[in-house]
Amino acid sequence: MSHAEVAPNPQDPALPVLERARRLVDDLRFGEVSRWKERNPGKLAIGYMPIYVPRPLLEGIGCLPVAVFGGGDQVDIIKGDSFYQSYICHIPRSTLELALNGSLDSLDGMLFPSICDVIRNLSGMWQMLFPEKYASYVDLPQNFDPELGGRFYVLDLQRILRDLEARGAAKYDPERLRAAIRAENSRRAALAELDLLRVKEPFRVRASEAYLVARTGGVLETAEHERFVREFVAAARERAPRVYDNVRVLVRGSFCEQPPLGLIKTLESAGCDIVDDDFQLGLRYIEGDIECGPSDDPLVALSNAFLRRGQATASRYIGDEEKGAALVKSVREVEADGVIFAAASFCDPALLDQPMLETALDRAKIPHTSLKFAENTGQFQVIREQAGAFSDAVKLWGSAA
Amino acid sequence: MTTTPTTTVPHVNRPREVEADAAKDDSQLRQKQMISGHFEKLATAKEDGRKVAYTFVPGNLTELMLALDMLPVLPEINALQSGMRKLSGNYITEAEKLGHSEDVCTYVKCDIGMMKSGNIGPTGTKLPSPDILLLSYTGCFTFMKWFELLKQEYDCPVTMLHVPYQGDGHITPEMRSYVVGQLEREVIPALEKAAGKKLDLDRLSELLERSRRAEDDLVAVWESAQHRPSPIDGYFGGVYYIGPIFSAFRGTQDAIDYYRMLRGEVEERIRKGQGPVTPDGDATEEKYRLVVEGPPNWTNFFDFWRMFSREGATVVSSTYTRVGGLYDTGFRHDPKDPLGTLADYCLGCYTNLNLPMRTKLLASYIEKYQADGFLINSVKSCNSFSAGQLLMLRELERKTGVPGGFIESDLVDPRYFGKANIENRVQSYLQMLEARKTRASA
Ligand code: SF4
Ligand code: SF4
Repeated sequence: MSHAEVAPNPQDPALPVLERARRLVDDLRFGEVSRWKERNPGKLAIGYMPIYVPRPLLEGIGCLPVAVFGGGDQVDIIKGDSFYQSYICHIPRSTLELALNGSLDSLDGMLFPSICDVIRNLSGMWQMLFPEKYASYVDLPQNFDPELGGRFYVLDLQRILRDLEARGAAKYDPERLRAAIRAENSRRAALAELDLLRVKEPFRVRASEAYLVARTGGVLETAEHERFVREFVAAARERAPRVYDNVRVLVRGSFCEQPPLGLIKTLESAGCDIVDDDFQLGLRYIEGDIECGPSDDPLVALSNAFLRRGQATASRYIGDEEKGAALVKSVREVEADGVIFAAASFCDPALLDQPMLETALDRAKIPHTSLKFAENTGQFQVIREQAGAFSDAVKLWGSAA
Repeated sequence: MTTTPTTTVPHVNRPREVEADAAKDDSQLRQKQMISGHFEKLATAKEDGRKVAYTFVPGNLTELMLALDMLPVLPEINALQSGMRKLSGNYITEAEKLGHSEDVCTYVKCDIGMMKSGNIGPTGTKLPSPDILLLSYTGCFTFMKWFELLKQEYDCPVTMLHVPYQGDGHITPEMRSYVVGQLEREVIPALEKAAGKKLDLDRLSELLERSRRAEDDLVAVWESAQHRPSPIDGYFGGVYYIGPIFSAFRGTQDAIDYYRMLRGEVEERIRKGQGPVTPDGDATEEKYRLVVEGPPNWTNFFDFWRMFSREGATVVSSTYTRVGGLYDTGFRHDPKDPLGTLADYCLGCYTNLNLPMRTKLLASYIEKYQADGFLINSVKSCNSFSAGQLLMLRELERKTGVPGGFIESDLVDPRYFGKANIENRVQSYLQMLEARKTRASA
């Protein structure tokens, strides 16, 4: 009924770009960042935790923004566990493991956006453990009035600019930041093309492939990543059409700690075409372009984009509208048959949001199921059975009942 | 988090001899009257036309609500009371049946379970539904989710105050003006609308002046623990002392009277050379002086307390008792700058401090109160407190040379209070302190 995981096809036109993506993503010692630093002596590489920091701000002062998603399922946790109780999610311990085993040595600093109290507190732990490195908390506003939250955010971005300039980044130049914003918009357009292809012709782009291609953006300069994405999209279009009898699903809840690639592939092989997800949400956090005309203040433009076009996700306060309305809208837009909630164990933002989102889906009569994972989960049999049962139920009855 | 038991419940649980003795403990009686009076007002709020705001303890804007004649309801306090009354287990199960994850903060689930079971408050009367949800987002991400969840249940407006975190270890002018701006432009207008009246700033200042006076006395109570023996237990006993000031009474004459009375009683204990009151009566010896980080467990609060008091261990200071306001580092509400001072208050609550600041504060308590050791009670529910505590443990040991202990439990989920295990750990820890003392004096 469902199609099994496809072995790499040597004739696949997308294979070379996918193999390169895999190498980049699997390299948890961030060799690509070291190479970038060799090519750009004296420049800073700045890591950041999920979900979102405004990458153009960093590129605008000549820094390489580096997305840090923890160690996934490839890092043995030797020291990281000794910093965390068993009831805390996995990503902070594997991230500390990477830092303590030297994998993050190429980074000159880390930004910790305000997504939850675990990442918030990790910022202070970083300050204590690595005093020689820059470590800063980015308190993204939860007030979305430009005069209040917007003003605070712009001042905070200026603080980061000052801090990094003092550590050797290029002096802030609005023109350069505008150029970085244009590059980001252009990359976003390429990612949007990739997303659209997945929605229209999911047989050409598996979610697990889109995941790899998007994730390379965590270690590449924006323009290079855009070329990478476009190269993949072009190759995927060359692929021969295939027909599967799959259900179309959205996956939600994996915006921070990432599911292992094996889990994504398991969902696919259980008969689910993941036509939309919130993996690595940061790259897509702003919906549409960051609007910034030639005479606009680019810091205000970054702020306005965050205030007005930020995605409705768990780390963002939604006070006035129905929680879950955005999810229902997304389901309709991508013509999905159902939703799979896949949250990291102990992920407060995702798990506290889930009942509200489920209520919204129930009201809209959209089937859903939920599972939990850790980034180092290695066994997927139960998930395979659950996802298979879900896809069969949706196919047979149009509901998860 | 942050929360304070009222004396209404603990008295029920106190041993008979202490219950009899409690007659002379005027401050406790006073607190009991204040709190039952507040719940009586809540019970008739709708008939009396009083408006009700649900809000959180850290960063609470009590003076502002009182200046608008609103009655605060604090869901965290209801949750802890449910824990003490052994109701929380069922409430949590109820919430989990409704789809809430077993992984998340149990205060939220306990509150939701209580609401779904009729919203009966700690005194047995039904709590009024809110006229407004005042989301003071200070020091805990879960607060936002909690009120998003409540917003789905109640047909009332919500107003939110985003209080930035002290990520770099200080309050900047930008943070302060962001908070003041939100108060002026959003929070106060929303509260005025819900209250149906305009805020009188002079009245707010009067309330703040009263807050300041009560805060002075509270700090004197905390600092009394520098004496040997300490006349107070700054954790188990301390959670009672914060009752009025962290809940509905900051800014009232009642609070002034209560803290004046409490301070007098504590000074009297010092004069008499007495140690703190414990669940089994007055402490008879002070063998160990401890500092504690992290919230207590509420489902087995007295069992937990006795693990210390029966071994002669007094907690001379704790951070949990600072979650609703950190006064002993110098902050006082300033009636001359009403909104600025509310901002400073919110920004300065304990869980809004970054990890290096929290560690430094604990080190200062260890030194100031000459503690023999410090103990971390890490609660499963609370990432705001717990994430990073193991590093704090190491850093504190390194900085102070004082040994630390680490135990794990939960706030209101009885499934996570392993009595025998915790007792073993506490005893081993205290034995280690004893051995250390013996070595030092040999
Ligand atoms: S996985 Fe969830 S709880 Fe853990 S750091 Fe990320 S957002 Fe926070
Ligand atoms: S996470 Fe902690 S601070 Fe937040 S509501 Fe729960 S117990 Fe309170």
